Amino acid sequence: MRLSSSQGLRAALVALTMLLGVPTSSAQEPIKLGIVTFLSGPAAGPFGIPARNAAELTTEMLNAGTVPAPYKGKGFGGRPVELVIIDEAGGPQKQVSEYRNLVSRVDFVVGYISSGDCLAIAPVAEELKKLTVLFDCGTPRIFEDASYKYVFRTGPTGTMDNVSIALYLVERLPNVKSIAGLNQNYAWGQDSWTDFEAAMKTLRPGIEVKTSQMPKLMAGQFGAEITTLLASGAEVVHSSFWGGDLEGLVLQGGPRGLFQKHKVILSAGEPAINRLGTRIPDGTILGARGPFGPFAPDTELARWLKTAYEDRYQVPPNYASFRMTQAILGVKAAYEKAKGAGDAPPAQDQVIAAFENLAFEGPGGMVKMASGKGHQAVMDAAVGTTKVEGGKLTIVDIARYPGDKVTPPDGMKSEAWIKSGLKK
Amino acid sequence: MSSILPVAFDGIAYASWLFLISAGLTLIYGVMRILNVAHGSLYALGAYAACSLAGAWLGGGLPAAGSFAMLLLAAVLVGCIVGPALERGLLQWMYGKDEVVLVLITYAVFLIMEDVIKLVWGVDSLLLPEPYALPGNFSIGGLPYPVYNLLLIALALVTGLALAWALYRTRAGKLLLAVIHDREMSMALGINVDRVYLATFSIGAALAALGGAFTAPAVAVTPGIGVEVIVLAFAVVVIGGLGSLGGAALGALLVGLVRSATVRYWPEAELFSIYAVMALVLIARPKGLFAAQEARKI
Repeated sequence: MRLSSSQGLRAALVALTMLLGVPTSSAQEPIKLGIVTFLSGPAAGPFGIPARNAAELTTEMLNAGTVPAPYKGKGFGGRPVELVIIDEAGGPQKQVSEYRNLVSRVDFVVGYISSGDCLAIAPVAEELKKLTVLFDCGTPRIFEDASYKYVFRTGPTGTMDNVSIALYLVERLPNVKSIAGLNQNYAWGQDSWTDFEAAMKTLRPGIEVKTSQMPKLMAGQFGAEITTLLASGAEVVHSSFWGGDLEGLVLQGGPRGLFQKHKVILSAGEPAINRLGTRIPDGTILGARGPFGPFAPDTELARWLKTAYEDRYQVPPNYASFRMTQAILGVKAAYEKAKGAGDAPPAQDQVIAAFENLAFEGPGGMVKMASGKGHQAVMDAAVGTTKVEGGKLTIVDIARYPGDKVTPPDGMKSEAWIKSGLKK
Repeated sequence: MSSILPVAFDGIAYASWLFLISAGLTLIYGVMRILNVAHGSLYALGAYAACSLAGAWLGGGLPAAGSFAMLLLAAVLVGCIVGPALERGLLQWMYGKDEVVLVLITYAVFLIMEDVIKLVWGVDSLLLPEPYALPGNFSIGGLPYPVYNLLLIALALVTGLALAWALYRTRAGKLLLAVIHDREMSMALGINVDRVYLATFSIGAALAALGGAFTAPAVAVTPGIGVEVIVLAFAVVVIGGLGSLGGAALGALLVGLVRSATVRYWPEAELFSIYAVMALVLIARPKGLFAAQEARKI
């Protein structure tokens, strides 16, 4: 029998359709990972883009099986990982609707730098029942004011940052008598100052607060604030500035002697190292929101991230990059623990059960999901001091604090814990 | 008492910066009745252009003092290229439309330019710290201040006086005032209104860029710097009275002094202080301090 050309075409189409319809083995079907990070706006440069770069690098290398142990296995349990990247800009309301669109397209979500976005997303994740890992935001309120099944956070909170910095400060300046603050007037700046001020009052009762400056976020110019700080006579100036504000503070405060007259703490200062280099004056106390970047312990995983990232992007990875990679590796560890030796992909509930109280190795060291009923990471904290050596900015005098020393007992609120004397 | 001088100086320095930006905004509104939201991106463009030009100058090993000339050049370039391009390419087709429509159009331009800036310069901040630190410090009440701030104050004074002189003492300025007063009558009298509009918009753009270029050395030039500025400039212009140059100067001074006093004596209220000034002024004078008298038309 001869087929006419149109019959032949139809047959070919049917065959093709059937072939396409054949289910491929589930091991090869990619896992879709939603990534939410700032791609535009002022937080894109210091955090958003370094985090996106880390996400792309980490998934590519995971898929190729070139990440060092214990993450040598390809993808997540053998399945390749595919990213769906969303811009975090636009505020919590916009992010909630973006999130609602995103969840139907992905298996898991990793994202959120802004605390405001995290607070808005967490209840929605619970409502939509989608495993969501917060990778960067600092507010302790996520797991202190509520408890979630579907939400995890794989990095330390702002409380851990500020308590460790206060401990570091009183070890270096045991007789410190006065402090002052310069923080941005929104959730992050206010919470950071509240935690630091309370920790200092606990560690050094009677310490005097000379002034607490709260300029508008992204004000950029701090002439009057610097004048007030210089005139305040405070021994220590604490700032949780980030991005353009942080760089502006160093550029404007440096020439005016702010860093010579006061011991300045930049609690989120690490991302500025790559940008400002030796312009950050010697003796500045610097934090990286956890043991990240130059504070990372010397492990194979940390060396891998530093080398692979710098090779590709020509700059070292900053703490946002570390936190993103850590979150993705956390999901991988939980997924593979849930999958076990079986072939079938684990259900989301199994992954959640595996993630709770999980201990896994991140590029910043061991991560224990030991707080927030097993949903909040506890890690060692690290703080250091800047020093220019051989024309390069280095971090010296790095002190590490065990995670449980800077974290409130599970179920206790950070503020109450700090005020009660940081007791365990 | 000892703290009043530093507070006043900080206030005046901040006011100079505010005035540079507000002058262009109020000028464009006075002549063209356009509340130009894109003024913020012209400011940002000035800052970015300054970073590129002065960065190239310093990178070429040329004398650091010349970088100040590069800041000026950046403002002139934005004024001469982007200003006319926007006015001739887009706005000239929109005249006569409702003021609200024009706000929306310039807002669209603002959003587009924000993205263009990101395309050209990327999302990382640019730094140009040399001109800021170069002139050194001086002292008021025992506190160190950058000489750069004096330069900024001088620049604002010169710009303000030059604008006032050009407006009230030259033929071109008087033609401009005639257009402000009555556009149709001016056309009937043979004034080339198109040319006046082109010149006004370009000068306004150059002023915004001048503000941006001379701010660049003190700050990190990041995406979004134009947003903050446009909100502040609007507040200043509304306080002073839309379209009034003297109003912009007084509004800037008022906002600058109130802000620096708040930062010193009541820091919690800093965010609120500028808008408190605005609200109080508008309660007393709903059209701002120096609103132009509306001519009665029959």
